[in-house]
Amino acid sequence: MRYLPKSPADREAMLKAIGLRSVDDLFAPIPAEYRLTRDLKIPRQMAESEIVDFFRQRSRENGDGYTSFLGAGAYSHYRPVIIDSLISRGEFLTAYTPYQAEISQGTLQSIFEFQTMICELTGMEVANASMYDGSTAAAEGVMMAVRLTGRRSVLVARSLHPEYREVLATYATHQGMPLSIAGFSDDGRVNLKELEKSITPETACVLVQSPNFFGAIEDVAAIAEIAHKHGAMLVVSIAEAVSLGIVEPPRQADVIAMEAQSFGVPLGFGGPYCGVIATREKYVRQMPGRLVGQTTDKQGKRGFVLTLATREQHIRREKATSNICTNQALVALMVNIFMTVYGKVGLKELAKQNLAKAAYAGGQFAKHGKVLFAGTPRFNEFVVQTSEDPYAINSRLLGHKMVGGLPLKKFYPELGNAALWCCTELTTRSAIDTAVGLVAESERSVRSAKEEAEEVVR
Amino acid sequence: MKHLTRKATRHVNQNEGLIFEKSSPGKAAWKLPPLDVPEVDTAALLGASERKDLGNLPEVSEIEIIRHFTRMSTWNYAIDLGMYPLGSCTMKYNPRVNEAVARVEGIANGHPYQPEKISQGALHIIKTLSEQLIEITGMEAITLQPAAGAHGEMTGLLMVRAYHQSKGNARKKILIPDSAHGTNPATAAMVNYAVENLKSDSRGMVDIAALAAQMNEDVAALMLTNPNTLGVFEQDIHKIADILHAKGGLLYMDGANMNALVGKVRPGDFGVDVMHLNLHKTFSTPHGGGGPGSGPVAIKKALEPFLPTPVVLTKSDGTLAFEYNRPQSVGRVRAFYGNFGMFVRALAYIQANGPDGLRQTTEDAVLNANYIRKGLEGTYDLPYSTPTMHEVVFSDKLQAKKGVRTMDIAKRLIDYGFHPYTTAFPLIVPGALMIEPTESESKEEMDLFIEAMKSIAEEVEEDPQMVLDAPHSTRVSRLDETAAARKPVLRWKPTV
Repeated sequence: MRYLPKSPADREAMLKAIGLRSVDDLFAPIPAEYRLTRDLKIPRQMAESEIVDFFRQRSRENGDGYTSFLGAGAYSHYRPVIIDSLISRGEFLTAYTPYQAEISQGTLQSIFEFQTMICELTGMEVANASMYDGSTAAAEGVMMAVRLTGRRSVLVARSLHPEYREVLATYATHQGMPLSIAGFSDDGRVNLKELEKSITPETACVLVQSPNFFGAIEDVAAIAEIAHKHGAMLVVSIAEAVSLGIVEPPRQADVIAMEAQSFGVPLGFGGPYCGVIATREKYVRQMPGRLVGQTTDKQGKRGFVLTLATREQHIRREKATSNICTNQALVALMVNIFMTVYGKVGLKELAKQNLAKAAYAGGQFAKHGKVLFAGTPRFNEFVVQTSEDPYAINSRLLGHKMVGGLPLKKFYPELGNAALWCCTELTTRSAIDTAVGLVAESERSVRSAKEEAEEVVR
Repeated sequence: MKHLTRKATRHVNQNEGLIFEKSSPGKAAWKLPPLDVPEVDTAALLGASERKDLGNLPEVSEIEIIRHFTRMSTWNYAIDLGMYPLGSCTMKYNPRVNEAVARVEGIANGHPYQPEKISQGALHIIKTLSEQLIEITGMEAITLQPAAGAHGEMTGLLMVRAYHQSKGNARKKILIPDSAHGTNPATAAMVNYAVENLKSDSRGMVDIAALAAQMNEDVAALMLTNPNTLGVFEQDIHKIADILHAKGGLLYMDGANMNALVGKVRPGDFGVDVMHLNLHKTFSTPHGGGGPGSGPVAIKKALEPFLPTPVVLTKSDGTLAFEYNRPQSVGRVRAFYGNFGMFVRALAYIQANGPDGLRQTTEDAVLNANYIRKGLEGTYDLPYSTPTMHEVVFSDKLQAKKGVRTMDIAKRLIDYGFHPYTTAFPLIVPGALMIEPTESESKEEMDLFIEAMKSIAEEVEEDPQMVLDAPHSTRVSRLDETAAARKPVLRWKPTV
């Protein structure tokens, strides 16, 4: 086996040194009746070339070469080449969690920079070293608010990513955290009246997403005012990190639970991604996950360590703020490099291009179909309502090697034939025009079929 | 330095400040293509939501970024540099073909919501890995959704709870041996189970009599790591399972130490009902400085209705699809389908090994640990003489007489060119030195390690202060962790 660095003679010598005759003696502690006496039923050893072939084949069966208009919590942005050059360095790729600070300063300093940039972008005072993803970060953010307020119930916006809502429901089930939902109004944003009505003295926090699942930017200030008036905290989920380049961050939030996938992390069929929690300094001791802090060594030299570990499971066991141990460090490094590459000016320009593409596409679609919540400020996603079932339209788009917007029936049946479309800086005008053309064709044929039917009736 | 080390030597490494300290206006590492749609009036589109300023994000050039991160990388220890004997962490070689195949276009860039018709490749990978992990563990069903080991524990206990609930009584508590990893009790608390400690016996194994006395209808499950954190295989595993099952309880196995078992014995065959795996331990996906992980949970048939949604199934036309309609499911534990990129790497690892390779891997891992045990026996105190599997736990009892504790020895090991072993753990061994070499170490590397550990033991006798002051060869000496926690500085701020 090519990963194993021992010759038969080495093994022989080692067994001899231990004083054993055969390798089977090493497994003597396992009761004989449970020992496996056959080969595992898995395919034989494959050569590296065969492995590469296998995955190339799978790649061909997996949307390779398609232009996509999908977003909905997973965004296609350009990934600068140096991200992979740098994260492929063995010193980053094959290092463990930086508990031994003296030989982990590279990882520690880079996380410290990550935490700083997340603070700058979100307007928060502290950020952790990462969480699994945006959905679990939102659930952990809510649990933080529950601990901080001593209240139990949670008010969740229906315009929050439906799968994030599902994850929160799973986390909340056994913690005695009743969830209630605040719907959205005609502008696609949280219905403030309904929010005001649903909030109670037991509400620990309000959880919203901005830009929300429909791409609309929530009125965070107004939501915060309602939440705070009732002594509840505001947790804001951000799923599209690039929006932070041009959209004012939800500074009025108490906790921000982010998905940073947009910052240089491949779509990867849904993971690994990079969750982050950011909050105010006064709440840091209730924050889950690892944190890096600055300190000095014995000679007074600046250095970095994992800190405030008394919140964590390896010290506090069942009294920890969370059971999280492994996080997404290498993915956070991708995010870090991405933020460094684009920086103060580039991220803004990048976000502007996203805004422009979505504005153009939204305008073109509006000429032929109905764009919902059209007047609401938005970032790079919008909802198109069609006469025909979007699944049918999408299957025609597939023929043009295009993946249309996400049909919303499964999550929002009340929106009828609606789909969530996304444009990023990578979406070309010609792709938009082709997609708009196919949707227009669908609208035309539905209309003429209707007219024909009316003709027959007449 | 009195004892010269053969493994490491000092060399110059570069200083490097924080990226913010290199920033100045007008530098850039990015270039966007010209916009092919009309420019927009941002203020008109966004109104009050328009962001004007991005604060202190850096402005630097590409070469500076390359040097910045490359220089920082050289301050890290890594498996690629040498042995990483962290007990219970399984720091093995991370094959590079895994990284290559994870970056093939359709695999790296597949969107989680793309139609199933053009997701057959990803579904095939999920299904194949699922089947192979089921075969390896001897279990009957699996979910790959959990993002890490602790997340898998939570998912497993959610299923345990749902199972008991379906029988009319969710039960109240989880038994956890005192040798367990900290995530076990933390997870039980997240699922709202009380934790009851279970004592180990003189062999370092579960005390069968204590278990029998503590087991009753309030106990939902026992969370057991096997081999346990001492590296000891629980020989009475069948008795443990019987005691639990007789009272309707379930046996949960923490698969953190699965590297001692693959191809040699299957947890499903010795009575385990639920277990999680760590793809970033046993199945070679990189630790990456702390993640990403992946924590699949394998179960017996009785728990299958409770799996998180969605699950992958084969349709009548032979194509693969996600199934969401599972009324008894515990729900979702993560958006989308889990850390898919880690599934790709784990599958590539299994393919490279095959059945014979996996078995040889396990044998080598156990051989290595026992070789180190033999090499250091006598030099360091061995608190439990029970045979060990893939890791060995010593204590600092002999060195403590000179005032030198396990953490000091660990720090001195750095000067010899090795990453420290695990120090704070397991809790049943005061001053533990928990050593797991994995199969990835050659005899030569282990001989160097044994030599280094023996040399440090001599140093403790001759010059304990020198060991207490270690490491001596690193960029920074021991850092003031107390100050870091007392007055946390968690981000950079510009100096005014």
